[in-house]
Amino acid sequence: MTEKTDPILIKGASLLGERTADVLVVDGVVAEIGTPDAAGARVVDADGLVLLPGLVDLHTHLREPGREDAETILTGSRAAAVGGYTAVLAMANTTPVTDTAEAAERVLDLGRQAGLVDVQPVGAVTKGLAGEELAEIGLMARSRAAVRVFSDDGKCVHNARVMRRALEYVKAFGGVVSQHAQDPDLAGPASCCHEGELSGRLGLPGWPGVAEEVIVARDVMLARHTGSRVHVAHASTAGTVEVLRWAKAQGIAVTAEVTPHHLLLTTDLLAGYDPTYKVNPPLRPAEDVEALREALADGTIDAVATDHAPHARHDKEHAFVDAAFGMLGLETALGVVATVMVESGRMGWGDLARVMSTRPAQIAGLADHGRPLAVGEPAHLTLVDPAAAVVVDRDSSVSLSRNNPWHGRSLSAAVHATLLRGVPTVLEGKLA
Amino acid sequence: MKKHLLSVDDLTADDVHTLFTTAAEMHDVQRRQVKKLPALRGRTVINMFFEDSTRTRSSFEIAGKWLSADTINITGKGSSASKGESLRDTVLTVASMGVDALVVRHGASGACQQVAQWIDAVVINAGDGTHEHPTQALLDAYTLTRRLGTLEGKHVVIVGDLTHSRVFRSNVACLTMLGAEVTVVAPPTLMPSGVDAWSASAGFATTYDLDEVIDKADAVMMLRVQRERMSGGFFPTGREYTVGYGLTRDRLARLGPDVPICHPGPMNRGLEIAADAADAVQSAILEQVSAGVAIRMSVLYHLLAGEGAV
Repeated sequence: MTEKTDPILIKGASLLGERTADVLVVDGVVAEIGTPDAAGARVVDADGLVLLPGLVDLHTHLREPGREDAETILTGSRAAAVGGYTAVLAMANTTPVTDTAEAAERVLDLGRQAGLVDVQPVGAVTKGLAGEELAEIGLMARSRAAVRVFSDDGKCVHNARVMRRALEYVKAFGGVVSQHAQDPDLAGPASCCHEGELSGRLGLPGWPGVAEEVIVARDVMLARHTGSRVHVAHASTAGTVEVLRWAKAQGIAVTAEVTPHHLLLTTDLLAGYDPTYKVNPPLRPAEDVEALREALADGTIDAVATDHAPHARHDKEHAFVDAAFGMLGLETALGVVATVMVESGRMGWGDLARVMSTRPAQIAGLADHGRPLAVGEPAHLTLVDPAAAVVVDRDSSVSLSRNNPWHGRSLSAAVHATLLRGVPTVLEGKLA
Repeated sequence: MKKHLLSVDDLTADDVHTLFTTAAEMHDVQRRQVKKLPALRGRTVINMFFEDSTRTRSSFEIAGKWLSADTINITGKGSSASKGESLRDTVLTVASMGVDALVVRHGASGACQQVAQWIDAVVINAGDGTHEHPTQALLDAYTLTRRLGTLEGKHVVIVGDLTHSRVFRSNVACLTMLGAEVTVVAPPTLMPSGVDAWSASAGFATTYDLDEVIDKADAVMMLRVQRERMSGGFFPTGREYTVGYGLTRDRLARLGPDVPICHPGPMNRGLEIAADAADAVQSAILEQVSAGVAIRMSVLYHLLAGEGAV
């Protein structure tokens, strides 16, 4: 699917932070790497910048249809592009739910109209996310949207029989079930604070790590039994990491993601009852954060996914237990991962590309994304300024929402440019 | 004293003693035939109760009226979310009428702390979810101080549904601040999360065995146990709870005649407290109620009229 695009010469970039070269992009693909002769090409000065494959987000809430006051596919696409993303998976918990082929195609088409990132719909596992009857998984898979990732995110597929059937069913077309692991009997809808000393002191309903771990443990056994693939959304505890490590050692087809906020923010932020920090699963103690970092570095956790969850301001201005769950993430994800994992020396830029582009693209079955920086590959590219020091300002966000837990924090590294199929969507850190 | 009273942590021991001194003066006013003081004339206090309450609301209302404040009650059941209005909008609407203090009762922990960030008026926490109920703790400590002379070195045993109790949370902070030794008693299912780390850092003791500590109590505080907790699986039956954790007639017999018995109300007679214990000579339960008015007068006075003698 190559289209005519103006030639662009990315000059002097460090490819994955490993070797410096010029990269010529023509007609949506990487045409040449090295010292290409590129007379007439538009030059992007990339001296001191790191070139990565375009980022892929396995877990985004774009809120359209239904809550266009919080985000739309267009504004969410803008936030994604500014964050260095070239593909995002749009979660199914919209109104109406993405549980039919028609709904999935509509999300796909609105994404194409916006034209800033590839918006790939996630299909619901069950009708209306009710957890009872399978949604039209096969029709969504066969639709123009070619849905491969199915999730009731926001709700756990709690019934073991339903989960088993879903895992079996998606095998027919190489699909995967992305599970929001939360046993509703152990962590109900009101549960909003990591269960521990702080929840005890604050009198907030506890959300114990075990409510996640028992579902992850059950699901890896179901994946083994069915010979199918399961993906763990927003892993948040050390116990989940232990189960994942064991399951992978057994050769079970399980993958997992962690959010930027679970890699950096800790439960003590809830002490002031600020709903900005209310998220599901909740922020955890430092021991869990450390286990997640280690698991991401050693590959036990495959990917970073944002769980970008925009909310209208008034939905966060309730008492803490009544306020909406979720926080923004698309624009800050790379900065957070660079700060926590790269600047600290735990990962290189190549590793960051693995967890934010290559593995997510593989898990989602996006053949066009997460490709190596090589001649002939689609030019989905992200240029990062590794030396930038950015103080996050929520008011400068291109998202429609402002529930930004990173406001006022300094992050190292910033997205300088993003190219989707050879076309700049972001230049100099701004929408092109 | 800080501007708001959101948590016992907003107070120092000196603040508490000051509040007690004023409360004692207010207590005397309660016995007069004409009870009104002019201290808060022209000031407006709104009692915003998002959750049912009889005694706390009427206690604050009487306290405000006896200080000559204009007091208004606003009640709204259920969360603001269920009405489609944000809590912030609800509170700003009321605050914009020009009030000096909002006394807030809310079913959600932390709600008063959030409200205080949104408005200029003084905010007084009249109970937020399962978090705190600071004026209850003050009136309890005041009552016990009057009975025992001092709380310094006294052993106070708090028994009941600790997980869901704001009274426990405020009391443990207030009593330890005033030098009391506190032991809290509950079955494991009704102990708050992380209580081991909490009790270690805050300096109180925990036990599952009431009989182990009841003989050593200088005061006992029984907390209400809601019967709904049984369906939540926190304990099997009321009768089993009573045998393990109730202040039964047998346990009453083991208490000295000078050991005050407190209960924040409303009581489940026969469940957490036997009728004989509730009505015993050493019961402080009705004193707590009258102390509640005096303490709330003292709090309103100090937060609204500023420092100085009455």
